[in-house]
Amino acid sequence: MSAVPLQQENRVRAFAEFYLATARAAIAVQFQYRTANYFYMLGMVAEPVIYLVVWSSVARSSGGAVNGITAGEFAAYYIVWTLVRNMNVVFGAPFWEWRIREGELSGQLLRPLHPLHHDVAYFGGWKVVNIVLWLPIAAALTAIFHPTVHPSALQIGVFCVAIWGAYLVRTMFQSNVGMLNFWTTRGAAAFDLYMATELLLSGRLVPLKLMPGWVQTLANFLPFKWTFYFPIESLVGDLSTRDLLVGLGAQALWVLIGLALLRFTWRAAIKRFSAVGG
Amino acid sequence: MNTLRVAALYLKVGVLNELQYRVNFFLNVLQALIQVATGLIVISLVYSHTPRLNGWTEPELLSLLGVQILLGGVIHTFVQPNMERLMEDVQKGTLDYALTKPEDSQVLVSVRNVRIWQLVEVISGLTLLGVGISRLQTSVGVLDALAFLVAILLGAVMLYSFWLVVTTGAFWVVRMEHVLELFEGVYQTGRWPVGVYPGWMRYGVTFLVPVGFAVTVPAQAATSRLHGGTFALAAGFAVLLFAFTRWFWRFGLRRYSGASA
Repeated sequence: MSAVPLQQENRVRAFAEFYLATARAAIAVQFQYRTANYFYMLGMVAEPVIYLVVWSSVARSSGGAVNGITAGEFAAYYIVWTLVRNMNVVFGAPFWEWRIREGELSGQLLRPLHPLHHDVAYFGGWKVVNIVLWLPIAAALTAIFHPTVHPSALQIGVFCVAIWGAYLVRTMFQSNVGMLNFWTTRGAAAFDLYMATELLLSGRLVPLKLMPGWVQTLANFLPFKWTFYFPIESLVGDLSTRDLLVGLGAQALWVLIGLALLRFTWRAAIKRFSAVGG
Repeated sequence: MNTLRVAALYLKVGVLNELQYRVNFFLNVLQALIQVATGLIVISLVYSHTPRLNGWTEPELLSLLGVQILLGGVIHTFVQPNMERLMEDVQKGTLDYALTKPEDSQVLVSVRNVRIWQLVEVISGLTLLGVGISRLQTSVGVLDALAFLVAILLGAVMLYSFWLVVTTGAFWVVRMEHVLELFEGVYQTGRWPVGVYPGWMRYGVTFLVPVGFAVTVPAQAATSRLHGGTFALAAGFAVLLFAFTRWFWRFGLRRYSGASA
């Protein structure tokens, strides 16, 4: 065997094969842990149901709607939220802490691929399991809360792309925050700050329409809203065709920005790394 | 009496152990600040769209949030670390080390760990509660304060019982690590008065997962809105739940066969 550099075409094929194989393995493994996955997903349902109940209550007490959003529309928003939230579970900052502390990273550094490829492929495959398990949850929530939703074919199409866009945007930014773990073993406060910012500026807490104007303006310049508000609104809101396409473009742009940033932070971080166990 | 002495000793060792890690104090202060800020923003957001939520005014809801954070701090300090350890012990088989000791096993598994720095949450919760009460129109009497103290104690007993019942489930299920997320998720329901939840959910968060009783009742006491009947019901329920927990723990133990320690 000689170490001939792979041709461009072979490189692409090798990457595709790696991604497919990893994703397939993730699907096989995670389907075995159906019950554990379900527990986890049910735990996540509490959060949107609380928001939904509170805002429906506010809507009822102020004549049926808050800022033009009715109880049925809140229901639609927060039910779709549950799928988007599942799509947004990525190999995040606390996982990076675990990976470094337990010495998992040492072995992964020996591989010819950047660990990010594994993270994206593995969690990507896992999503397939999440989506299948989500369907009964969505059906139950729909029966209980009666959402109002009439998406067009285009909206459904954009939504199907946007949830994966959200997944990638969040992967990039969580990985960037995860790089903090190379400098400190106590990143928890920083993660909390990041999560609180995301909660308020992404549409995770409330549809951004309910936020004061300056918050909405601020959110426009940050990556957060493209991971929650945009994918949800693309299905349940009344975005124009132009807004839908601009949204997908914005997601692509933020993935690229995140990647560029990660190239920089990863280089700085890996210089600090001294192996632990393995 | 001896059991109490052993429990106190365990707690003391746990506290001394934690006191070594001083940076964790500042970390917890930071996290508590973020938690309080987020909670305040959410409440002000809700009340920017409505003057009353299910009959609760903003200062009343502020007090409720204070109680929820306070009680959460108590649980995070004394209960949760023990329950996590218990789950881990069942999985690894190391629970045998606790079971072979001559003292009461339920007491032992409940006092082995303590995360003392989490008490920061108790302080931030009390602060919020104080701010909420100071903004109320009515004044709080001695009787209210007394009822509040007892109600908090009952709330802690209910949540401890709930945690232990669920964790005892590990004797059958073994893999329980997601229960933590489930509890944290459901505990968030306590930030809002139980009244906002639709019928079946209200029963769920009151009796099944006693967050409603545990959080809403002390908050009602602190804001002089508590009825004697509700208080008696909460007290009765806490006693019943605690008795059930004790029985369930022994029942689970009989089922437990150990796993190669």
